[in-house]
Amino acid sequence: MPVPLLDITGLTFEADHRPILDRLDLSIQPGEIHALLGANGSGKTTLAYVLMGCEGYAPSGGRILFDGTDLIPLKMYERARLGLTLAWQEPARFEGVTVREYLSLGKPDADPAEALSHVGLDPARYLHRRVDKALSGGERHRIELASVLSMHPKLAILDEPSAGIDMLSISHIIGIIRAVKAGGGSVLLITHQEEVALIADRASQLCAGRIIFSGSPRDAVDHFRGRACVRCDGEECHYVRP
Amino acid sequence: MSDLDDLRRTLPMVGAEPAILDDTRIAHVVAHGHRILSRRTVPGVRVELEETPDALVGTLTVEAGAQIAQPIHMCFGLAHPTGAQHIKIDVKMCEGAQARVLSHCLFPLAQAAEHRMQAVMEIGPGASLTYTEGHYHGPHGGMRVIPHATIKIGQGARYFSDFSLLSGSVGTLDIDYLVEVDADGLAELSAKIFAHKTDYITLKEAVMLRGDRSRSLIKTRVVLEGQAQADIVGITEAYAAGARGHVDCMEIVQGLAHASAIPIVRVFHPEAKVTHEAAIGSVDKKELETLMARGLSPEQAVEMIVSGILR
Repeated sequence: MPVPLLDITGLTFEADHRPILDRLDLSIQPGEIHALLGANGSGKTTLAYVLMGCEGYAPSGGRILFDGTDLIPLKMYERARLGLTLAWQEPARFEGVTVREYLSLGKPDADPAEALSHVGLDPARYLHRRVDKALSGGERHRIELASVLSMHPKLAILDEPSAGIDMLSISHIIGIIRAVKAGGGSVLLITHQEEVALIADRASQLCAGRIIFSGSPRDAVDHFRGRACVRCDGEECHYVRP
Repeated sequence: MSDLDDLRRTLPMVGAEPAILDDTRIAHVVAHGHRILSRRTVPGVRVELEETPDALVGTLTVEAGAQIAQPIHMCFGLAHPTGAQHIKIDVKMCEGAQARVLSHCLFPLAQAAEHRMQAVMEIGPGASLTYTEGHYHGPHGGMRVIPHATIKIGQGARYFSDFSLLSGSVGTLDIDYLVEVDADGLAELSAKIFAHKTDYITLKEAVMLRGDRSRSLIKTRVVLEGQAQADIVGITEAYAAGARGHVDCMEIVQGLAHASAIPIVRVFHPEAKVTHEAAIGSVDKKELETLMARGLSPEQAVEMIVSGILR
């Protein structure tokens, strides 16, 4: 078994004395697309924030090794400079910042036009536009994914990358996930969409802050559908074995 | 070196090239204190300014129907640490005229200086004026700037103003603009200011939408750091059918700076509508974290967000 790119053991994160992540174990191999499934409130987005080091998301226990480095003492931008990044479910808007500038962040050699083409947006129409509220939700989402691709990350955490994307454009989202992999990167893919989850190499189901199933994407989707939690409110896992 | 040379050298601080003063196709006025150092007019533009001991007094007229291709440059300032400049100017855009005025206000060495502007602008029916005003007050914070203007926008006329003070210290800035808009007229007022140390800003812009279908936008972007203070008031009143106005004020506050933003909207006609938005706070956390997740340090991220807002 190769050394995992991301190796999480016993990760615990609490909010208001309640465990949101509860001794969570998960590993992702280099070049792997790993889908993370789970009901609303199961802890998927919290895991993304803890991994990225967002403010207020310091874990109370466990270990996160990324490419052999302990991530927990590192600041967010230090984690990014190691090759980890996050695409938010609801991307931020930036007044005055052009798409070209946004896609070149920290990467003077980035190719914004190519990244835009990957997400199905015409560079001639979009490079000069601003990453502000004039963009539709779908356009902003695709630009977010293009910015992730521009980084050439070792691991991209994509939180609901297909949210707000029309059906015809899902293929572009799948294309960009595969492009990260083709560039040697890994993807932690948080999704509710079966079509998107099935492109993963492996998948896990999260429930009340714990991984309760890992396997092939097909098996994980079937597991989630067939034996989904009735309700995960963070106080107790309601997962019921058949 | 002459006062004219000193002011010329400072033009790049407000994004202008010194060579514009040599171009015979471009109208300009350069005034140091109450002395006119250089002037040129072009067909369709009349500049009548008089030196007095207390003020520069005069008019800038763009003749009816004239379409002035090149911007008209008005360069005012003081090249010394102390002094005063008082300008009383009437700007008249005759019917159907179109022009762009770039006003450069340069006080590179100011330690205890004052610039006072009293302007009356009349934008005639169907005319259009774009008035861009760039300020540089040097590093010392000893400048006091008091621009007050009354702007009357005629039927179907358009007025766009863009005030910016983005590098160096502000000192004390007291802007007071009153804009009256006639039927089918349009007023867009934009101000961008970056304040530091103990800079103090009061900015009051009031738009009266008097005519049917008149429209306006007041957009203010102020970033404050150190112990700077800003009090911003954006007023829009709509008196006629189909009048539409919007007030949009954003202030970013860092360090010990503090700010207030008061949008005042009043509607006196059932078919008029005025909206407003005002936001004061530190740099948005999500924007900051998004940039840091791309590898920017907190300082780099703040700089990018602030420069975007002030663009």
